[in-house]
Amino acid sequence: MSADPVKHLDEDAFRKLVRAKWTISLVLTAFILVIYFGFILVLAFAKDVLTAKIGTHLTLGLPVGLGVILSACVLTGIYVYWANRTYDASVRDIIRSMKGK
Amino acid sequence: MTDFTSTLGQPNAVSIGFFFLFVAATLVITYFAAKKSKSASQFYAAGRSVTGLQNGLALAGDYMSAASFLGIAGLVSLKGYDGLIYSIGFLVGWPIVMFLIAEPLRNLGKYTFADVVAYRLSQKPIRVAASCGSLMTVAFYLIAQMVGSGSLVQLMFGLPYETAVVVVGAIMIAYVLFGGMLATTWVQIIKAVLLLGGASVIVFMVLAKYGFDPSDLFAAAVDKYGDKVLAPGGMVANPWDALSLGIALMFGTAGLPHILMRFYTVPDAKAARKSVFYATGFISYFYILTFIIGFGAMVIVGQDVVTKFDKGGNMAALLLAEVTGGTVFLGFIAAVAFATILAVVAGLTLAGASTFSHDLYVNVFKSGKATEEDEVKMAKRGTIFLGILAVALGIAFKGQNVAFMVGLAFAIAASANFPALLMSILWRRFSTFGAAASIVTGSVLAVGLIVISPTVWVDVLGNQTAIFPWKNPALISLPAAFLAGWIGSVLRPEPDAQAKYEQQKIRNYLGMGAE
Repeated sequence: MSADPVKHLDEDAFRKLVRAKWTISLVLTAFILVIYFGFILVLAFAKDVLTAKIGTHLTLGLPVGLGVILSACVLTGIYVYWANRTYDASVRDIIRSMKGK
Repeated sequence: MTDFTSTLGQPNAVSIGFFFLFVAATLVITYFAAKKSKSASQFYAAGRSVTGLQNGLALAGDYMSAASFLGIAGLVSLKGYDGLIYSIGFLVGWPIVMFLIAEPLRNLGKYTFADVVAYRLSQKPIRVAASCGSLMTVAFYLIAQMVGSGSLVQLMFGLPYETAVVVVGAIMIAYVLFGGMLATTWVQIIKAVLLLGGASVIVFMVLAKYGFDPSDLFAAAVDKYGDKVLAPGGMVANPWDALSLGIALMFGTAGLPHILMRFYTVPDAKAARKSVFYATGFISYFYILTFIIGFGAMVIVGQDVVTKFDKGGNMAALLLAEVTGGTVFLGFIAAVAFATILAVVAGLTLAGASTFSHDLYVNVFKSGKATEEDEVKMAKRGTIFLGILAVALGIAFKGQNVAFMVGLAFAIAASANFPALLMSILWRRFSTFGAAASIVTGSVLAVGLIVISPTVWVDVLGNQTAIFPWKNPALISLPAAFLAGWIGSVLRPEPDAQAKYEQQKIRNYLGMGAE
């Protein structure tokens, strides 16, 4: 890396980038924490909810458990989708403006 | 299935054949990888040439151990729904890895996670502290894997325990020593594909018996063993206990050295994030498969037969493979399970050897001034040392109750490694003293509390009642590690480290200057 990159940094754009990254990251982290620990709390305090029958044999616990698994995939998918489109584009813009000056 | 006789536990020509095929193929790969494993970046990080999809498979390979395949399928076959609760805990750590750790780690580090923690701080104290956390995590995980592998191989092939442990150790050392990260990565990829493929075939054959309607399978299980198999049972008896274990699993995944190390094998942060997405998908699919396999074994093989072969149910998936696909298919699945063991211990050993060489030898002993040749030489010595140690510990702990060691490894990873890593990424005022305090507090509390907890104090040491009430210490040790990091940084601030934070941010978020 040549010269001092910080000198030519578009500070506003950079600050916005970092803020957006952590907003997305922390919101998604909150989602997975609420989903997982919500599941554990229901297991601990309201087990009957999951034992409830849907259909003749199946219990509500099955779709809920499957839902927790799928939510992990969906949330990581949302992050990758956002980062690939928005984050990477902003990074390219910032780097281009640094080199342009 | 009372008249069922299994060939399990007898030397099976098919499985031995498949196993030799796997070992031969992976050793050929190791031979070609060896030609490319001369430089440090090749040895530790496969020359950063692994793609996102490949690394996703390799991460899944690292995570899907034989214990989780055979163990969770067995747990489901005996306890039903509770097995699913257990596997969900292991899955939910992956989003955390994605959102908080993967990209900063890739951009800021070189070979180990200690690179990131030590980025702005004093090298020596941080490297020593982080190595302790890292090596403890690796050691406990490794002991659990080696002991598990010895008994599994004994059950599967009727091979003596010690022989099994030595065979696993010797092949694993060959992979890592000669082929470094490149060979280890390909072993993981092949194993992951075989494991996912084999498990898919078992599920296909089970579902074929039920008209491809899983609800018919579950209904059959309810008819045979009652409503309880689809209802949560005693898994979450104590909410605090469950919460503490949940925290260890969730944040421990983001602190496992052999997982974190994998992010250095990809070219950039974008590939790192893709690889977490693929890994999450593969691991989710795998846990759904093991759930169906568990129910298949419960209904088709029967709980009485499963417990006859192993009280813990570890043979459920293999028995199901034999019932649905005959001896040949059993041989194939048993060989895959053995391959799984090899791949996981190879990944762990490489992570431990990197800590030895890169963190301790180069950055502490040589003050960062070692030639690349020396560094690779030390990493190879570390590999041999750790490999022999793993075999010795595997034999020493034969027949011991090591079930708690995986939980302990996750607790240490969540308390010693994860808080320091996250604070070094996010907090400008994090100081050397704070980082060291955080790592020491996290490790000491994680180890200390688990010793006086029911898992060791009662189950292993045989005392009547435990001093510490919960089975896993993470609910105390993780917040304490964050608190220690904060207090330490406030008490001994480090202006130099704060000044470097802007430069760290540029590299972290823009990837400029990343290796």
